[in-house]
Amino acid sequence: MNALAILFRRELALAWGRGGGPLVALAFYACVAALLPLSAGAVPQRLAAVAPGAAWLALALSSLLSLERLFERDYEDGALDLLALGPLPLEATAAIKCLAQWVSTGLPLALFTPVAATALGAEPRLIPLTFVAALLGGLGFAFVGGIGAALSLGSRRGGVLVAVIVLPLFAPPVIFGAGALDALAGGLNWTPGLLLLGGYCLGAVALGPFAMAAACRNALS
Amino acid sequence: MLIRRLRVEGLALARGDRLLFKDLNLQLAAGQAVALRGRNGAGKTSLLRAIAGFIRPLAGEVAFDGEGGPVEADEARALGVHLTGHHDGLKPGRLAREEFMFQARWCGADAAGMARAAEALDLERLFGLEVRKLSAGQRRRLALGRLAAARRPVWLLDEPFAPLDAEHRARFGDLMNAHLAEGGMILAAVHDPLPIAADSVEIAG
Repeated sequence: MNALAILFRRELALAWGRGGGPLVALAFYACVAALLPLSAGAVPQRLAAVAPGAAWLALALSSLLSLERLFERDYEDGALDLLALGPLPLEATAAIKCLAQWVSTGLPLALFTPVAATALGAEPRLIPLTFVAALLGGLGFAFVGGIGAALSLGSRRGGVLVAVIVLPLFAPPVIFGAGALDALAGGLNWTPGLLLLGGYCLGAVALGPFAMAAACRNALS
Repeated sequence: MLIRRLRVEGLALARGDRLLFKDLNLQLAAGQAVALRGRNGAGKTSLLRAIAGFIRPLAGEVAFDGEGGPVEADEARALGVHLTGHHDGLKPGRLAREEFMFQARWCGADAAGMARAAEALDLERLFGLEVRKLSAGQRRRLALGRLAAARRPVWLLDEPFAPLDAEHRARFGDLMNAHLAEGGMILAAVHDPLPIAADSVEIAG
């Protein structure tokens, strides 16, 4: 079995193993989505208007939740030494870790996003685009969030630092993703928003691993 | 990956503003073991991490020679170097078997190698347990298992024996001897004498 597959399977097993990171993120998502009607008032028209945007906001926050530990666990217990001395360049190792994060956490969250949006009052015809945009956005969140997770290695209060580094970088996909949904809901052309979201994610996938590897090397030295 | 010689030439290392040592020269040839000695904080661990490529030296270089001349350092490290440190890199929530198999395969071990390592370090009895339930010595045995499972010529060991009991010190000593007999190299930071024939290098901080 080649090294990529070995690492990918280990990352999935770690994510779904004890601790159940993806389930925590899903539960968090459900809580945020359930709190919104309580805080904004249960007026269906008002909720329906903000439903896509609110679902995206909750998606961004839930994605952030499990990112903090992406490199930290391996750094603390010495496994990052082993990963750095492995057959793959550290850039590829970081990319695999983010891909596994996307599959283990991003995919369940993307499946849940249309449910949350519809529950908040978004029209059912938005469901396909909501799912696609959330899936694409999750990819960007994983690779951009990984940069924050790697940069915060070795610092105390790493979790807060990750949030401070990463949340501003989450702004473009939130704007593009929620914008595409708003456009579709308002009968406008939604493709530019989705294309911009795709471009952002491609950029994150292409450049993120280099930043993550550099930050990891810095933490190891 | 065949490495026949490890050269450390004129190495100077610093941690923060503190100079650990300078002008350190060290050569390891195939089949040779060296015990690194020195007081706490002299820079033994830092030297091992510099050879593994994690710490950039202030001056000097670490070079690897293969059969037909120098080997590129990154390639040599990715395929030819084992490093074990104070932390064993094992996840507490996973089974010992899963963690051992990941570490060994990641380093390039095949099934025969893993069986050999399990036999040599008596790992079979640990495999069904969660890592969190293992003692420090048992964890170390699991982590040392990848050295026996995946053949890599350069072993960089940081206090490998500290948590091991007498029986397993002897067993790992046998593995070290077998590794040297196959043309391997061992550089070990230790306070107690190694159980194998080894030269000694003092790191004076």
